[in-house]
Amino acid sequence: MNILKFLTAGSVDDGKSTLIGRLLYDTNSILDDQLEAIQKANRKNDDGTIDLAILTDGLKAEREQGITIDVAYKYFQTEKRKFIIADAPGHIQYTRNMVTGASNSDLIIILIDARKGVIEQTKRHSFIAKILGLKKVLVCVNKMDMVDYELAVFENIKTDYLALAEKLGLKDVDFIPVSALKGDNIVQHSQRMPWYHGASLLTYLEEIEFEEATNQGWRFPVQWVIRPQSSDLHDYRGYAGRVLGEGLKVGEEVLVLPNGYKSKVKAIEFAEKNLEEAHNGSSVIVHLDDDIDISRGDFIVSANHPAKTDKSFEANISWFENKELDPSQIYLLQTHSKVSKIKISEILYKYDVHSQEQLYNQSIGLNDIGRVLIKSADELVFDYQNDFPENSRAIIIDPRTNLTVAAALMTGL
Amino acid sequence: MDYLDHLEAEAIYILREVAGQFENPALLFSGGKDSITLVHLAKKAFRPGKFPFPLVHIDTGHNFPETIEFRDWLINEIGEKLIVGYVQDSIDAGKAVEQKGKNASRNALQTVTLLDTIEKYGFDACIGGARRDEEKARAKERIFSVRDDFGQWDPKRQRPELWNIFNGKIQKGENVRVFPISNWTELDVWNYIKRENIALPSIYFSHKRDVVFRNGQWMAADPVLQIDNDDVVEHKSVRFRTVGDMTCTAAVDSIATELDDIIDEIKASTVSERGARLDDKVSEAAMEDRKKQGYF
Repeated sequence: MNILKFLTAGSVDDGKSTLIGRLLYDTNSILDDQLEAIQKANRKNDDGTIDLAILTDGLKAEREQGITIDVAYKYFQTEKRKFIIADAPGHIQYTRNMVTGASNSDLIIILIDARKGVIEQTKRHSFIAKILGLKKVLVCVNKMDMVDYELAVFENIKTDYLALAEKLGLKDVDFIPVSALKGDNIVQHSQRMPWYHGASLLTYLEEIEFEEATNQGWRFPVQWVIRPQSSDLHDYRGYAGRVLGEGLKVGEEVLVLPNGYKSKVKAIEFAEKNLEEAHNGSSVIVHLDDDIDISRGDFIVSANHPAKTDKSFEANISWFENKELDPSQIYLLQTHSKVSKIKISEILYKYDVHSQEQLYNQSIGLNDIGRVLIKSADELVFDYQNDFPENSRAIIIDPRTNLTVAAALMTGL
Repeated sequence: MDYLDHLEAEAIYILREVAGQFENPALLFSGGKDSITLVHLAKKAFRPGKFPFPLVHIDTGHNFPETIEFRDWLINEIGEKLIVGYVQDSIDAGKAVEQKGKNASRNALQTVTLLDTIEKYGFDACIGGARRDEEKARAKERIFSVRDDFGQWDPKRQRPELWNIFNGKIQKGENVRVFPISNWTELDVWNYIKRENIALPSIYFSHKRDVVFRNGQWMAADPVLQIDNDDVVEHKSVRFRTVGDMTCTAAVDSIATELDDIIDEIKASTVSERGARLDDKVSEAAMEDRKKQGYF
């Protein structure tokens, strides 16, 4: 059994939280005492059914205002799969939290209100999905009960959205007509939309598979050097980290970056046992043939498909703070375990997130997405997003406040 | 990748990030199954080396004796350092005031002792076994959760947390609470304990003990509960689904003596794990309010 991580995005009243509440409720993932707590809170819909949104709005302020402020993570499981849902706020002032939720998801569910169709927020959320390189977009046309479950409404929205997707270059898009409130096409196929022949939402989520990563080679960012320095393990020196990409084998040739030393994998260790190979995503200890000075922040990579090293590169960034990007200021860039001083020396352009046009001579502030030139004090080890997505990501930290002010994606031209 | 391997690799990665990013971290150890699982994960992250942090236990003085016994056995077994902060010391120093009456609990007082212990030893990161599936405020918390000088959590000022890149930068006086098993559910923890054959305190398994019925729950009949003539003490087969201190952790009727039985029992349960925690039932925002005060 594997895990599917997905994100739900929509604007304030699209019924996102209701959709998640419905998935949890209809898969029996809500237990009696939690239901009791909901009933105690006494939030009812107009028709007297319980308000499922309260399941995900975990903060007092959210319940008071009836909106989602922060990402909530929810967990449920069926016979076929485990699911982690990131319920992200739809409101524009919390876009940064949507980016956060999207960064940890494979799939995004974009909710569209059947009565409203494709709106500004739909465009923004779709653009974010594109920028972050999510593997799949699923459009749920919600509130079908409010439009008499009409095929024409669904088809029109589908046509509009496909036009948007083409403009953005979003390839993998699927559509399901639903009513989260009434439970249509959520778990069971709805009798009220006989014209829809596809899977219900839950069946879709249980069955969707992604193509294996196409990137070649592997990366091993060193997190921690294990040196027991005890009498029996005097010369023990193991590099602890998590494998990204194809995986590595004992005997394989490696490069240590950024300094460029060559060596070979002598041993791979996990839980005090030796392994012949380590796969994508596993946290192991690697030993090399040669005694090289390697510390946290260095990368061990496949010699036949190495990563890039550079002190200057372009990136797409998503800005999270009120205080605007200041090209004269020093920031910190963190990629995996490496933190470097940088300057964002030039704002190349900013995107209009609704029209996707490039806007020149603009500053970058809260919720803006733009393309910049970054100069680093150290030689950085990275890949372009298209070549090796897991190694194209970074966060930008303001050293004066320690806040994470932006997400960065290194992309080629 | 199988889901347990995935969750394990993620937790090990997070523990190593703590080691790499902080000067003086600690692992908060309660003697419950979640923190015992963390110790097991730390072994996988750092052996054959030593843990780069001590274990810290905040002892309310009302712990189950079986938990303390287990704690001391485990520390001896793994050969790591244990620091104990005593709630009684905070009470004696006048920093915490004991609640009165039959429902008195030292649960809330733990926060005072925890914050004092953090300050005394200068810990900059505290690893905890909290999970997001436990409670709705926890569902909102980051894996690296920054607390201010007063230990407070501000849910509206949380840093965005992207991919698996964790920003542990803090000002002096602040500290970070780190939750490596955030993405695990109760069932995941039990399946992992079974797969890895992890030892647990005996009170997790069905046993006979004297219990009293209080506020709709079975509580261990111990003098700390101030048993009086109104209480009817019964001898029953019970187990504890979650282990906190005796005043706030209720037992459940159970004949589950093996891990498989426990897993079946949880799968069939219609009540959540925190349903046996009186501390969460105080109000709808009980956990959020306690977290804002510095609770872990």
